[in-house]
Amino acid sequence: MVEFLSFRDGESTQEPAVTVESFTGQSNATAVRIEPGEDARELLPHLDRISLIEVNFPGFGDGRGYSAARIVREAGYTGELRAVGDVLVDQIVAMRRCGFDSFHPAKALDDAAVERALNRYDDVYQKAIDGRSPIWAKRHPETQNG
Amino acid sequence: MYRYDSYDQAIVDARVEEFRDQTQRRLTGALTEDQFKPLRLMNGLYLQLHAYMLRVAIPYGTLSGKQMRKLGEIAGKYDKGYGHFTTRQNLQYNWIKLADAPDILAELATVEMHAIQTSGNCIRNISSDQYAGVSADEVADPRPWAELLRQWSSFHPEFTYLPRKFKIAVIASDDDRAAMRLHDIGLKLVERDGVVGAEVYAGGGMGRTPMVAPLIRDFIAEDEIISYLEACLRVYNRYGRRDNKYKARIKILVHEIGVEEYKRQVEEEFAHMRELGLNPPVEELARIRAFFAAPAYESGLSDDIDRSNPAFALWVDRQVAAHKAPGYAIVNISLKPIDGIPGDASAEQIGLVADLAEAYSFDELRVTHAQNLVLPHVKKADLYAVWQKLVAAGLAEANLDLITDIIACPGLDYCALANARSIPLAQKIAARFAAAERQAEIGELKLKISGCINACGHHHAGHIGILGVDRRGVENFQLLLGGSGAEDASLGQITGPGFSEDGVVDAIEKVTDIYLAERESGERFLDTYRRIGMKPFKEAIYG
Repeated sequence: MVEFLSFRDGESTQEPAVTVESFTGQSNATAVRIEPGEDARELLPHLDRISLIEVNFPGFGDGRGYSAARIVREAGYTGELRAVGDVLVDQIVAMRRCGFDSFHPAKALDDAAVERALNRYDDVYQKAIDGRSPIWAKRHPETQNG
Repeated sequence: MYRYDSYDQAIVDARVEEFRDQTQRRLTGALTEDQFKPLRLMNGLYLQLHAYMLRVAIPYGTLSGKQMRKLGEIAGKYDKGYGHFTTRQNLQYNWIKLADAPDILAELATVEMHAIQTSGNCIRNISSDQYAGVSADEVADPRPWAELLRQWSSFHPEFTYLPRKFKIAVIASDDDRAAMRLHDIGLKLVERDGVVGAEVYAGGGMGRTPMVAPLIRDFIAEDEIISYLEACLRVYNRYGRRDNKYKARIKILVHEIGVEEYKRQVEEEFAHMRELGLNPPVEELARIRAFFAAPAYESGLSDDIDRSNPAFALWVDRQVAAHKAPGYAIVNISLKPIDGIPGDASAEQIGLVADLAEAYSFDELRVTHAQNLVLPHVKKADLYAVWQKLVAAGLAEANLDLITDIIACPGLDYCALANARSIPLAQKIAARFAAAERQAEIGELKLKISGCINACGHHHAGHIGILGVDRRGVENFQLLLGGSGAEDASLGQITGPGFSEDGVVDAIEKVTDIYLAERESGERFLDTYRRIGMKPFKEAIYG
């Protein structure tokens, strides 16, 4: 079973994450946690001093964290982006596509199931933030967007 | 018709194996029902009152003879010998064993079909006009757009755990045959300066709080449609309510913050997202469009129809619609026999319609949101032969858009959410108005029944709508008048206190009597209602 999963090179950030409110109100923290309902865009002016953004999923069915992740990545954030909470094996692939590169699920995941999930689909239909070339680009390698 | 390439096929095949693995883990007990539920729901598998129900996607309601035949075979092999066509142009099997579900999906995959995202809080199957590609008044065939959206929405990484389900319709005619403005997002293709794009409507829907979608953008070009929809969905995903599932659809968000504010937020997001390279190149829509090229119609065909058989002539007048190509016609096949279950077809009937599609309709057929079938390209010279085969199969009811062409949800006979039975009521109403002359006299009258407030039977959009509720343990039926799901979309108004099952049939008869007495020349029921209002009907029902 895996309790922590990282797709980053090197060590993961150990600093405890603070809330968005206390993060934007003080200058020394470098790790912050976004709860559902909080606006990820509040962090955008501070991205260059953040080394870890945690996005909390209190329940797997609350998908706001997927948008939060994409928003910080689209703004150029390159630090660690960690999904925490009710993170299930069946969501890892979509989370990777939205820019998450580490996972700290409330319940440990089965290694073999994670491996299977990550290798299940060879191709994807959409362009997201993970750099994977979508099927439409492979169909039209000559075009600009491809 | 669209055909899968190796990419599309690989995704569907991988999905079958993923679900086989998940089902196996459930059957061995490695997954609890609570853990399995969200997984099976993403694959259209519901646990209903008596058995599992599997909902198969029929993208934009278009399918080939081979696909239809497979649906019939599955009905015979894994269900009790029939399937149920739904108001979302899909097909449901009501008697499925969990252990069989992976095999059924594997069989579907052999004919380029799946059950992906036919349930769950994700973007559902894209619906469209059943006359797409064959009606003379459309700006362009909407199905290439619908297929582009099918691919974009499949396993979307950001929008698979939305506040609630999300339904998109695409049409391209002024006549709205897909209830476009009762969708979470409706697209209507329009032409501007020689370029085809879409008008975008957002925040429509039925359910507990019915809303007709307002226009949020009057033109979005084909090369930006994906980034624009991503903006619409992102605003909804972030700000749609999640505290109450009955207030979680996008219509509530648009209503609560106001359409102008929703538009403003979408435009702001779009200004950002259009720069991210999310849109497929125009070559991709062109690639898809090539699959929907018109079939090789014969030229020089006669438009004459031999009407010497009166039953045939009656059927032609009611079930056959104008086709854009000379010598051809659109055939509507009623799945509403007087004593039947609306939308149900037996395995044998499904097989026969597959045969007819191959022999007479360039191997193509359609499913309508009114739960009927369509053979889109039949030579007028072949109509009599087609009709004879339909008669022999019990599929030649001539009641399109008449009072017995009833939309009904599965209701309490099948559904775990229902408060009342829809099917027996539909059958009672159909029996009361069975006489062909009487139906013809009343003319176009769209009657829609839902067995609970979730409105799967579109009762808000019925010229006459019926809502089944539970009143202290007894089934009770509320009556609504004046709804429409068409281009003149409107929501029905409740007449007053509800009725028993027999009482509501009597009330409908009083309503149609008032209409017949009050109508002016050329008026449909809906027109008369809109002119004279609720009062005379109310007096007749409760007076």
